Amino acid sequence: MLEIGLAHYLTLAAILFTLGVFGIFLNRKNVIIILMSIELILLAININLVSFSSHLGDLVGQVFALLVLTVAAGEAAIGLAILVVYFRNRGSIAVEDIRMMKG
Amino acid sequence: MIIQSLAFYLFAGITVAAAVMVISARNPVHSVLFLILAFFNSAGLFVLLGAEFLAMILVVVYVGAVAVLFMFVVMMLDIGVAELREGFLQYLPLGGIVGLILLLELGFVVAGFVISPEVSERFSAPAPADIPNTEAIGQLLYTKYVYFFQAAGMILLVAMIGAIVLTHRSREGVKKQRIGQQVDRRPEETLEIKKVQTGSGI
Repeated sequence: MLEIGLAHYLTLAAILFTLGVFGIFLNRKNVIIILMSIELILLAININLVSFSSHLGDLVGQVFALLVLTVAAGEAAIGLAILVVYFRNRGSIAVEDIRMMKG
Repeated sequence: MIIQSLAFYLFAGITVAAAVMVISARNPVHSVLFLILAFFNSAGLFVLLGAEFLAMILVVVYVGAVAVLFMFVVMMLDIGVAELREGFLQYLPLGGIVGLILLLELGFVVAGFVISPEVSERFSAPAPADIPNTEAIGQLLYTKYVYFFQAAGMILLVAMIGAIVLTHRSREGVKKQRIGQQVDRRPEETLEIKKVQTGSGI
């Protein structure tokens, strides 16, 4: 219990990942919360990569965590830009209204 | 050792609690603030794991850029406090299917380790013991993974251009400087020389 090993970090990452997935399904009103849930999921992935990297003594995990971080930043920028455009067109960001975009 | 364990439980507990608050807070501004708290504590966890460079990058990129971007958009969009929908059970079957697919894929990953355990050793890059973490990552990132590094740069460039193109709008009736027209102006188009009679005025 007091000895912190790989399993502790993996459990933490699993809890964070599950919370992120729950956040996507729980929030039907607000796309911003869904984007934040995706950030939580990517954070869980990063914790997984870094804990394995530290446990195995292998730096490749940290390099890939860096790449995941890059993708997360780009995804946040693009997602928020789409959100701003959508809000400008429709005046709401509720998830249920997005089906109105069907051709 | 006891201090390390206590630090882990402190950071992990605050991270999980902040994540719960991110998805359950009713005000989006509070969600963003709890997201920042979760990122800070994850950076502490990374320091515990010996990945100091990633911890600093996490603070700089996530807290300094991504969370501020979220905060900016939340403030700009002027969204009211939203209540949770009642129709949560309606989406449960779809969510269950997605969770099942994820579980199957995790099973495939574990099965890959069981079937061929030696495959991961071929791609490993052992961490050198005598140089600091940042230097070791740099030596690996700029040599063996330089194409991935360049690809990450391209992703950021595409994201930047995409965000600018999406949000930029040209409005009618706004006066702005057109440098091409200014440079193209010639004296014949704009100047008119008149002979003025002495003592008569114009």
